[in-house]
Amino acid sequence: MPEYTLRVNGASRTVRTDADTPLLYVLRNDLELNGPKFGCGIAQCGACTVHIDGRAARSCVTPVSALAGKNVTTLEGLGTLDKPHPLQQAFLEEQAAQCGYCTNGMIMSAKALLDVNPKPSSAQIKTALAGNLCRCGSHNRIVRAVQRASANKGA
Amino acid sequence: MTTTTLSRRKFLKQGGIIVASFTLAGPAAIAQQARAPLPGGLNNNRMLDGWIRINANGRVTIHTGKCEIGQGILTALAQIAADELDVAYERIDMVSADTARTPNEGMTAGSLSVEGSGTALRFACAEVRGMLLAAAAQKLNVTVDKLTVSDGAISASPTRLTYWDLAKDLNLKREATATAKPKPASQHKVIGKSVPRRDFPAKVTGGAAFVQDMRLPGMVFGRVVRPPSYRAQLVSVDEAAAKALPGVVAVMRDGNFLAVAAAREEQAIKAAQALRASAKWNESPDLPPGGAALYEHLKKMPSRDSVIKTVTPVGASGGKVTSIEAEYTRPFQSHGSIGPSCAVAQFKDGKYTVWTHSQGVFPLRNDLAKALKTPIANITCTHVEGSGCYGHNGADDVTCDAALLARATGGNPVKLQWMREDEFGWEPFGSAMVIKMQAHLDESGQIVNWQHETWSHPHSTRPMSNPAGSFVLGGWHLASPVPPAVPNNSPQPSGAADRNAVPLYDFPRQNILLHYITDMPVRTSALRTLGAYANVFALESFIDETALAAGADPVEFRLRHMKNPRARAVIELAAQKSNWKPNTGIGKSGNGSSGRGFAFAQYKNLAAYCAVVADVTVDRNGNVKVTRAVSVVDAGLAVNPDGIINQIEGGIIQSASWTLKEQVKFDRQRITTRSWADYPIFTFNDVPDVEVHIINMPNERPLGVGEGSQGPTVAAIANAIANATGKRPRDLPFTADKIRTLMA
Repeated sequence: MPEYTLRVNGASRTVRTDADTPLLYVLRNDLELNGPKFGCGIAQCGACTVHIDGRAARSCVTPVSALAGKNVTTLEGLGTLDKPHPLQQAFLEEQAAQCGYCTNGMIMSAKALLDVNPKPSSAQIKTALAGNLCRCGSHNRIVRAVQRASANKGA
Repeated sequence: MTTTTLSRRKFLKQGGIIVASFTLAGPAAIAQQARAPLPGGLNNNRMLDGWIRINANGRVTIHTGKCEIGQGILTALAQIAADELDVAYERIDMVSADTARTPNEGMTAGSLSVEGSGTALRFACAEVRGMLLAAAAQKLNVTVDKLTVSDGAISASPTRLTYWDLAKDLNLKREATATAKPKPASQHKVIGKSVPRRDFPAKVTGGAAFVQDMRLPGMVFGRVVRPPSYRAQLVSVDEAAAKALPGVVAVMRDGNFLAVAAAREEQAIKAAQALRASAKWNESPDLPPGGAALYEHLKKMPSRDSVIKTVTPVGASGGKVTSIEAEYTRPFQSHGSIGPSCAVAQFKDGKYTVWTHSQGVFPLRNDLAKALKTPIANITCTHVEGSGCYGHNGADDVTCDAALLARATGGNPVKLQWMREDEFGWEPFGSAMVIKMQAHLDESGQIVNWQHETWSHPHSTRPMSNPAGSFVLGGWHLASPVPPAVPNNSPQPSGAADRNAVPLYDFPRQNILLHYITDMPVRTSALRTLGAYANVFALESFIDETALAAGADPVEFRLRHMKNPRARAVIELAAQKSNWKPNTGIGKSGNGSSGRGFAFAQYKNLAAYCAVVADVTVDRNGNVKVTRAVSVVDAGLAVNPDGIINQIEGGIIQSASWTLKEQVKFDRQRITTRSWADYPIFTFNDVPDVEVHIINMPNERPLGVGEGSQGPTVAAIANAIANATGKRPRDLPFTADKIRTLMA
């Protein structure tokens, strides 16, 4: 199997796998990252969302071979329990989940939005997150969390 | 709806014919209690040390047989334990749902966990607190009434002892007596607070939170290859070709059960694809027709018929009545968990250890033992969280798949996750249902006769639904199959297919009938609320239809027939909070494109009381948008208010999605819903604004809320569409094409 060197959350990581292996399995199984989740495998639900060079991407349909020289950021790369990213902090403050399986995708998609639009309207947030499915019905809390993070960041 | 005027005598005759075709169920057997009953989950798990450990290191371990499924139960139970024990919330560690370590509390289902486990913990913790105080009093040579306790520190001025000092000599290996009274609401410090969920920090930062996140030494990855249709028979498959693929550790075939394990996950997926591609199956077209024909078919299927409840035989003096009837339908609907079901299993030295997001580790262990053909003692089931399940999804089945495959992986643990198409194709669905409603209104606008008749498949085919069979899928597919048995409908008052078919309203004459269709060409089981979603849809839509016939405002009409004071309070506050404007005719206050609807139910007639007021807009193409929902809930003692709001709000959004969008598709042979493209659900742009108000009843026992809002939501939306358009939607889901046809 060929070898691929990726830059993930700021560190250089080398994995040995087939060229068509989805990034999702490399992140979860080789690099033992829990953030990105398997939901559908065909880019329909958003649970596996990561950032590739700062843009939100679906890791379940991104082959590892397409990532040479690119920077991958996962939920773990945003912040930690001790030093959470403003979005992570806002999700906790708004209690913006029920089961939490979609949370990774919500935060990563919201981060991509705030990076280009730091003060989005609620309609803009909803449109930006429309490709991320939540089944528990936490949508309104998620929108409030993104608004809160947006406000806190600007403060 | 058809409205005709006829004499009471005629209704009597019609009613009589219907009743005559039913067999009355015999009186329920009265259980013989060998020992005095104990409250909640204590009754079946009587030892105090099964629930509580006071540790010398200053920590308290609480064991519960209930599990976290995204509803926040472990947070609420820790709050209860902290208050009753008088220790800080932060000291509590929770151990949940583990056949080796916790009480057996059956299923985490039915919105019963706070009532069952919470009640047990209130009494058990109060009793342990009393034991600790008694021990301290003896050591300090004072009477108990001289002691005060704060965060486990017992003071009798000037001396002081702690729970942690006393832990060593505390013997909790004894039965609870439930003689220590839980605290009154006035002494609650943590109960009643919106304590943040204890599981969220890991979930927002990428900590290991789910069974999908488990990694064990030597672990391999598994996938299952399910038949293309329910009863397909495997004719041939090229096992050797799959086995030769890179990384493949095992290919397993046993009858129609096919699975593969590989060193890497993507290798397991590729091997599963290869197996699927080479497999030849015999299939037959044995599924029911789709569309409207489904419901006619359902009504003709053989059924067990019963009178669920009858109140005052129909018959009265003369006088004209208006007769109203209508029929409501609901399709098969999916749980639609975002994360497909997953389990980890290990088979070593003849023993199975499984990690599962099943809602019932003890019942699952029982049915696994049958499927694996091994004694129960050889299986340990530990709950680890999965994606939200909303009832009986693939959680139990995938555990059996993983356990079967674990036999072939040389003692290495195997993590097996279903693919999206496995989940949609094989999870048991919420049953399609038909509900026929009939009522008579007298000249004063009172309902004098009420009949509710439900046709439905079973709503619980979970493990242990019938001890004569096994309800895990893998076992059904083996060469020597372990089939399910015919499940039984749960009896009233909670019911299952007939859940919430019995009205809470005070109708003087009632006839509640169930046609329970045990044959399941499409696999069905528990989807959140069981039959209540459709029964409340019918009941609360029909109340509005009857109010219209009576020329009454829907809210006033409900109150006219409702004596229950807590129900009345919820209805009245919902009207007030939503600024309800009385309206006395369909489409009168709507303008053709916007409308408002009201609905109410007490889930199971036993759990939380909930009213929902929905605002909708309907465009010319029939697209319905729910713009806002206002809800009021009385859940008794509100243990965690934000947790209650989260459940009610989430339930409204999920139910609105079921109502406007969702139905499982199939042809005469196969389930054709296989991806989110085939099964659209609400996205952010569909979601209404939601406002939830709690009526706290601190001196009442806590009532389950997880399934409180779904029934009222569907009916409120239906009533709002009728209000907006002047046409009554009765066939779920309310897709644009159906509403457009309705309006034409």
